[in-house]
Formats: sequence, C-alpha cells, structure tokens
Amino acid sequence: MSLLEIKDLQATVGEKQILKGLNLTLRPGEVHAIMGPNGAGKSTLGYSLAGRDGYEVTGGSVTFDGKDLLEMDPSERANEGLFLAFQYPVEIPGVAGTTFLKHALNAKRRHHGEEELDGLEFVKFLRGKAKELGMNDEMLKRPVNVGFSGGEKKRNETLQMSVLEPKLAVLDETDSGLDIDALRVVADGVNRLRSPDRAILVITHYQRLLDYLVPDFVHVLADGKIVKSGDKSLALELEEKGYAEFVSAA
Amino acid sequence: MSEMIDPFIKALDQVEQTGPAWLDALRKQGAQDYRTLALPHVKLEQWKYTNLKDLRGAEIAAADAALLDALPATLPDLDAYRLVLVNGRFDADLSDLGGLSDKALVKGLEQALEDGDIETLGGGFEDAALVSLSDALLRDGAFIRIKRGHMLDKPIHLVILSVGSDKLTASHPRIVIDMQDGASATVIETHMGANDSAVVSLPVSEVTVAEKARLGHYKQQLDNAQSYHLAHSAVTVAEGATYDSFVLQLGGKLARCDVRCLIDGAHADVRVNGAYHAGNGQHVDNTSFIDHAAPDAKSAENFRGVLDGDGRGVFQGKILVRQIAQGTDGQQMNRALLLSEKAEIDSKPELEIYADDVKCSHGATAGDMDEDQLFYLMARGIDADTARKLLIQAFLFDVLNEIDYAPAREIFHDAIAAKLGEIA
Ligand SMILES: Nc1ncnc2c1ncn2[C@@H]1O[C@H](COP(=O)(O)OP(=O)(O)OP(=O)(O)O)[C@@H](O)[C@H]1O
Ligand SMILES: [Mg+2]
Repeated sequence: MSLLEIKDLQATVGEKQILKGLNLTLRPGEVHAIMGPNGAGKSTLGYSLAGRDGYEVTGGSVTFDGKDLLEMDPSERANEGLFLAFQYPVEIPGVAGTTFLKHALNAKRRHHGEEELDGLEFVKFLRGKAKELGMNDEMLKRPVNVGFSGGEKKRNETLQMSVLEPKLAVLDETDSGLDIDALRVVADGVNRLRSPDRAILVITHYQRLLDYLVPDFVHVLADGKIVKSGDKSLALELEEKGYAEFVSAA
Repeated sequence: MSEMIDPFIKALDQVEQTGPAWLDALRKQGAQDYRTLALPHVKLEQWKYTNLKDLRGAEIAAADAALLDALPATLPDLDAYRLVLVNGRFDADLSDLGGLSDKALVKGLEQALEDGDIETLGGGFEDAALVSLSDALLRDGAFIRIKRGHMLDKPIHLVILSVGSDKLTASHPRIVIDMQDGASATVIETHMGANDSAVVSLPVSEVTVAEKARLGHYKQQLDNAQSYHLAHSAVTVAEGATYDSFVLQLGGKLARCDVRCLIDGAHADVRVNGAYHAGNGQHVDNTSFIDHAAPDAKSAENFRGVLDGDGRGVFQGKILVRQIAQGTDGQQMNRALLLSEKAEIDSKPELEIYADDVKCSHGATAGDMDEDQLFYLMARGIDADTARKLLIQAFLFDVLNEIDYAPAREIFHDAIAAKLGEIA
C-alpha cells in the first residue's frame, strides 16, 4: 500500500490556480525528490499537504496512510505523522523551543494513546536529539527561531522532525542556506529517520543534498504539475540543462 | 456637572494633623486642591478614555487599619526583604526586614516621618486630583532610602494588600523611594487583595534616582476583579542614572497606572515598560509622561496588551523633549492583541519635541493573532485551541524580556500563566 497518494490535486492561492492536476505516489521506505523552477508550486504542494489556510484545494484527493488527508486539520495531519519542514521557518517570540517541542511531542503521544513525557524525561530525550544535530541547550531555551541564522533555522526544522519522528517528512528546501558541514549534519539527521515504514519527500534546487540522501525517484514540478519523473540521474541531468524544456512547454 | 456628592469629599473632614508643620501644610493644600479639582471626569483630556462614573455616586469609606493573620497564599515567594502594607498602613508583623545594612532605610512611612528621615513630600504631579487627595490623607506607606554608593544585596518586595469589607473602602498608600548618588537596588511591588471585597486602592509613589544611581522597579497589579486601582507614580531621574521599570497589570475592574518621569540629568537611561491583560468586565489603563529635560538621555517604552471578551485597554503615552534636551533618544511602542469583537484598545501616543537633534519614535498596533505562527504550531501537532493560548501568553511573555532582573521576569511570567491558565 502507498503511504501517500496524491491524485489530480488542484489548489488555488488567492484567486490564482497554482496546482493544476498533480499526481504523486510515495510508498513506505522511499525517498522522492521534487525539483522545479521558482514559482512552480513546490511550496504550495507542501502547504496544501500540511493544510495551511489560504491554500485551497479545489480538486483531487490525497490519501495518507489510508486516510483522507484533506479532511483533517493541520494538527491532526501532523499527529497522524505528516511533517513539513518549512522553507521559511516561523519565528515565535515568547515561546521557548523546549516548551514548543514538548507541546508538539505530547500532542502526538496523546493522539496515539501514549503516556505524555514529563518535563525531565522530555529534556533528556530532547538533549539527545539536539546533540546529534549539534545544537546546544542555549539554542533550545531561546524562543523558537527568534534571532536564529538562516542555517540555524533549518537545523531547528530538522531537530523538530527528529523529535516527532514522522511517517512522512516533506522537506521544503531544508538544504538552502546551510553551510557544507551543516548540510551533512542535516542530511545525517534525515538519513537516521529513514526506515522501511517511512517516506521522505525532498524539495530542493540542488544536487548536493541528494548526494547524501540518494533519492529513489526524482520528479520535475513545473506549472503546477509533475511533468517528468525519473531516477536519481534525472537530478544530475537537470543540474546540467536547467528547466528550459519544461518552462517553455508551460 | 451633576450634583452628585463627590465620593471622597467626606474623607477630607478627617485629615490628620500629626507630624511636622510642612506635612500639615501639604495635607491642607491637598485638601484644598482636591475640593477644587474633584474626581476626574472624562471631559479632561487625561481621562478621556477612563471613566470613573461608577465611583462618582458611590459611597466610599476609609479603609480600616485591618489586621491580617498571614500573607495571601498566592503571594510569590521571593528571596527579598519584605515590606508589607495593609490598607496603606505598615504591618511590622508581616514584614521581614531583618539583616538590612545601615546603608539602607526600609520602613513604614509613618515611622520615617517620625524619625525625621523625610524633609519634604509631594510634587511631581500637577492638576492631579487623586494625588491631591492622597496628599490630604497622607499618613503612612512605605519608605525606602538607599544611601550613597550602596548596592543593596537583595531586592525589596513591597507587598501592598487591600482588605475590603462590606462597604467600598479606599486606601492611600504612599510609596517613597529615594536612591542616593550611585546607589543601586531592585524593588518589586505586588498589589493584591487579601479577600474578594471591592476596594479602591490609590497608591502614590515618589521616586528619585540620584546621579549614577540605579533602580529596578517592577510592579505587578493583581487586585481582585471587583476593585479599583488608581495609581500615580512620579519619578525623577538624575544624570547618568538608570531607571528600569515594568508594570504588569492583570487585576482590577478598573485599573490605571499613571507614570510621570522627569529626566533631570544628562545621559539618564529610563525604561518604562509594561504588559496588561483585560478580560470580561475589566478596564486597564496605562498612562505615561516622559519629560526629557536634559540632553543625551534615553527613554524606552514598550507595552503589550491582550484584550479579551469585552475587556478594554487604554494606552496614553506622551514624550516631551524640551529644547535643552538635545541628543534625546525616545522610543515608544504599544502593541495590543484583540481577541474578540467586543474587546477594545485606545492608544494615544503623543510626541512634543522642541529640540532639533533627537531620535524619537512611537507606534501602536492592534490586531489579531499572527496566522503564520498559528499555522506553524498546528503543523507540529498542537491543536488550534492550545496553539492560540500559547501565542496569547507568548505575546505577553515576550515583553517580560525587557526586565533586567530575572526573578522578576519569573514571577511575572507565573502571574500571567496563573491568570490565563496553565496550558496542558
Ligand atoms: N499568498 C499568495 N498570494 C498570491 N500568490 C501566491 C501566494 N503564495 C504563493 N503564490 C504564488 O504561487 C506560485 C507558486 O509559489 P510556490 O511558493 O509554491 O513556488 P515554489 O515552487 O515553491 O518556488 P521556489 O522555488 O521559489 O520556492 C508563485 O507564483 C507565487 O507567487
Ligand atoms: Mg518554495
């Protein structure tokens, strides 16, 4: 059975139709990459999956782990195991990173009928995860993303992902803004999450993250649709030739 | 004007006559001025948004010098010297002033007057009826003097308790803080009711921060939801001195804190910050006046408010930069979060500038919750209701970072969480 099945997805932002009949299927254990020109609708796909207000699905269907994803509100989607790493992570002054993650993790645990972690258990758990990603206590105590550098924000998204252990992680340009070492740290974090029952959807403009993750499939998203799919060699081909072929067709 | 009898006029018949002659003169002047000025009315520009009509016809009695067996259980526990006022009167039994250095005088005001520690009081407010009233009825309160160059080892917790009765009662605590040259201290004020009866609390503070002195002055107003809190605070800051202050207003049916700060010396650093929350049936007013009367000084005001239900907030902030005050840096901001259709905020910023080399700004925003933040929290599995609660509290928590003294941040954090509800 597929973990995520997107059929003929159509979505509008404001008055504008952005997704124009997008089809995509991810099976457990797979890593897919989506590449495509600026403005093609890649982030719109991520937001539509996560359920952001203002991204209105006007047609098609999305089945996630056998359930109708589009029926759920954003928090239910997350608790069911969907994780979107934001292209532009949001700053939340006044909410400490630890508080935020504790609420998030315990919401998921409650959702699955598991015991919540108390403060101490959680801090121990979080420290372990943070260490893997080279993040110190001071960063965790600070308000979520406030004053973080671009790269630190992306690292923080990766930390959230590894804490929440989603079934499906959608990484929207998580590699942008990372230095070479940070890229490896983040890639390692994503690789640790890989397992036969999870899937990963990576939105990226660059080959370098894919060198570490090695996708099973690469897709080109242009003008609101998947216009070409292939294996990892497609990414290399795109890196060389660009998107001219797809953009002119649009 | 209506023919209603002013609720405080009767109290003027019982003006004290103890103490030195100058004090008598102050009381007499106060009584005379109050008779002329009377209870503030919405026709006065200063009182445009805060209407005392519910007090106007009320029968108000003077609060008794009530006896309390114990401090309220909800009082925050601080490692501090504690000075307790009950209905405006110093309570030696509930206070804890042991171990104070002889470079710090911390005592009841009546005692300080008796000991001859004070040579003058009053001033700092013009045409403020309620300050005149307080002058007329001046008797007791809190007195703090930190002597030249002394750095107080622990903060002082001023606990200002009201004990109401079956009648509406008023108390008039006077708080005098005198930081001498180069002295340094932190004062935390907690205002709360010891029971659920309605009271009118009319504290008047007189604060002087002398040359190169430093005062951290943090107040939390947690009066009960039936009560009136009408506070006036006059602060004078001298050359090179620092006044770091914060007012957290969570309580009261109608509450107003009016701070006037005179910057009297060059290079003074003044911070008047605050946070407030008004729920159903509450009206919370923060009024401030920063008077830059010396060059190269800095003032910063940062206020945040949350208005819920039919709660109403008022922010009036005036910055005056006199001609002499070249090089002034004056910033002011009030941001309010409106959580319901019926909630209201009135912001009135005012800049009056007579110097040409100044950097001044003010701003006010009023709005709803940030949708991006809400979505971000929900995208991590936090349900809409919890996410909202988190963001509302965070909006207020954030401004607590302005406070220089961590234990004060923590108790204010707890006070906000206690009012708005722990989040599961
Ligand atoms: N709130 C909005 N209002 C109007 N148009 C929008 C809005 N959000 C996105 N769009 C438009 O939708 C289109 C798709 O945007 P999207 O962010 O999905 O692109 P993308 O493929 O992620 O691009 P990039 O590679 O630059 O991140 C763009 O043309 C963008 O301008
Ligand atoms: Mg994008």
